[in-house]
Amino acid sequence: MTAVLSLTPLEVESLRLSLWVAAWAVVGSLPAGIAVAWVLARLRFPGKILLDGLVHLPLVLPPVVTGYTLLVLMGKNGPLGSLLQETIGLSFSFNWKGAALASAVMAFPLLVRAIRLSIEAVDQGLEAAARTLGARPGRVFFTVTLPLAMPGVLAGVILAFARSLGEFGATITFVSNIPGQTRTLPLALYTLTQVPGGEAGALRLCIISVLLALLAIVGSEILAQRLNQRLKG
Amino acid sequence: MIDIRVTRRQGDFQVDAAFQTGNAGITALFGPSGAGKTSVINMVAGLIRPDKGRIVVQERVLFDSGDGVDLPPEKRSIGYIFQDGRLFPHLTVHGNLSYGMKLIPRARRLISLEQVVDLLGIEHFLDRRPARLSGGEKQRVAIGRALLTSPRLLLMDEPLSSLDEPRKDEVLPFIAKLPRTFRIPILYVTHSTLEIQRLADRLVLMQAGKSTATGVVSELLSRMPGQAAYPAHTSCSRDAC
Repeated sequence: MTAVLSLTPLEVESLRLSLWVAAWAVVGSLPAGIAVAWVLARLRFPGKILLDGLVHLPLVLPPVVTGYTLLVLMGKNGPLGSLLQETIGLSFSFNWKGAALASAVMAFPLLVRAIRLSIEAVDQGLEAAARTLGARPGRVFFTVTLPLAMPGVLAGVILAFARSLGEFGATITFVSNIPGQTRTLPLALYTLTQVPGGEAGALRLCIISVLLALLAIVGSEILAQRLNQRLKG
Repeated sequence: MIDIRVTRRQGDFQVDAAFQTGNAGITALFGPSGAGKTSVINMVAGLIRPDKGRIVVQERVLFDSGDGVDLPPEKRSIGYIFQDGRLFPHLTVHGNLSYGMKLIPRARRLISLEQVVDLLGIEHFLDRRPARLSGGEKQRVAIGRALLTSPRLLLMDEPLSSLDEPRKDEVLPFIAKLPRTFRIPILYVTHSTLEIQRLADRLVLMQAGKSTATGVVSELLSRMPGQAAYPAHTSCSRDAC
């Protein structure tokens, strides 16, 4: 693909960085996404609406607000950022990890939503049956609930991955636009539109973005169909 | 001895059941739909919680509101065959059968997979998924799956009601064989007099949430007027039986 489109090294770098950042964003947030989805699907407790709202907040907030909040909280001098730096030496400020964090936060609502819907669709009668067969709640979750919710988990992962590839506003606000560290595909595209003679490069990155998104959607559709087929024998 | 006394309020409906039965044979919980039969066995299985009461199965206390005993379902050693089978759709028949069996130590397994497969005649579809089984085949697998946990009691909630007549005849003989083959007592929920006559040794009548009579099948049925499907007009009270 890179040969056909004859990408410049800078464009290739932004593509690779984007895939890397998006992959980490999804892998890193998946366990939390599954846990929150299960809590929202199966538990009833006071303050549930608040948790639901908090999870969905990045979907409705201006991305700049999310990015700035991350900067204030997770930046070098932020309360959480400095704590993580001191305790486990993890820094999110102006590097690819920060870009992954921004993408993860922005994609989290989509991830949780897809998984929650699929957990809600799992017949609780099957979970009760598993309990009578001697399985504790934890085992029931991993042997019955999660496998049956897998099509939704997969859909959520791919949706979140595609969303992460396109993350722009929160990323540029939180970790700026540093080549090789935080200049992902959308940021590279934006940069190209700001310089004279960048139109050709911008168009190439635009085409790549469309192809990646299309690939993700078609891929998830095919995988979901396969999984459903398995359940139907 | 199986000793069950439970009360539970569910909205406007009050379940209030008390009966005892032996450690062998099939005891039918008999009554019209909505009489609270399923609620009672759900409480025995630990799937819903009685407000008050005591549940003892084979001398083991599973629930006692007075002493604060309330074992979770997975610790009760009770097999449950649901009306709708509830086989795991993502596992093969073999996977379903061994799901509970694998969770108990080898030394405590009283029944082997081969024995169950043989008895229920399910060897030729062990590799299939539940979606490709007939209703009768599904219920046979569900029975096998519960048996393989070596339970102290089997609960059956109208296991034949979702099947058409020929399929019923396909499953019924297997259920009839169970008490003698494995010496496991069975609590059998039904509203069919036919199933009672073919399967049950003892009967617990239920009406509007209450257990109204307990006794041997032949006695209780003879006291019912005509061939009434439900014991609605029986004059037998709990004390009288």
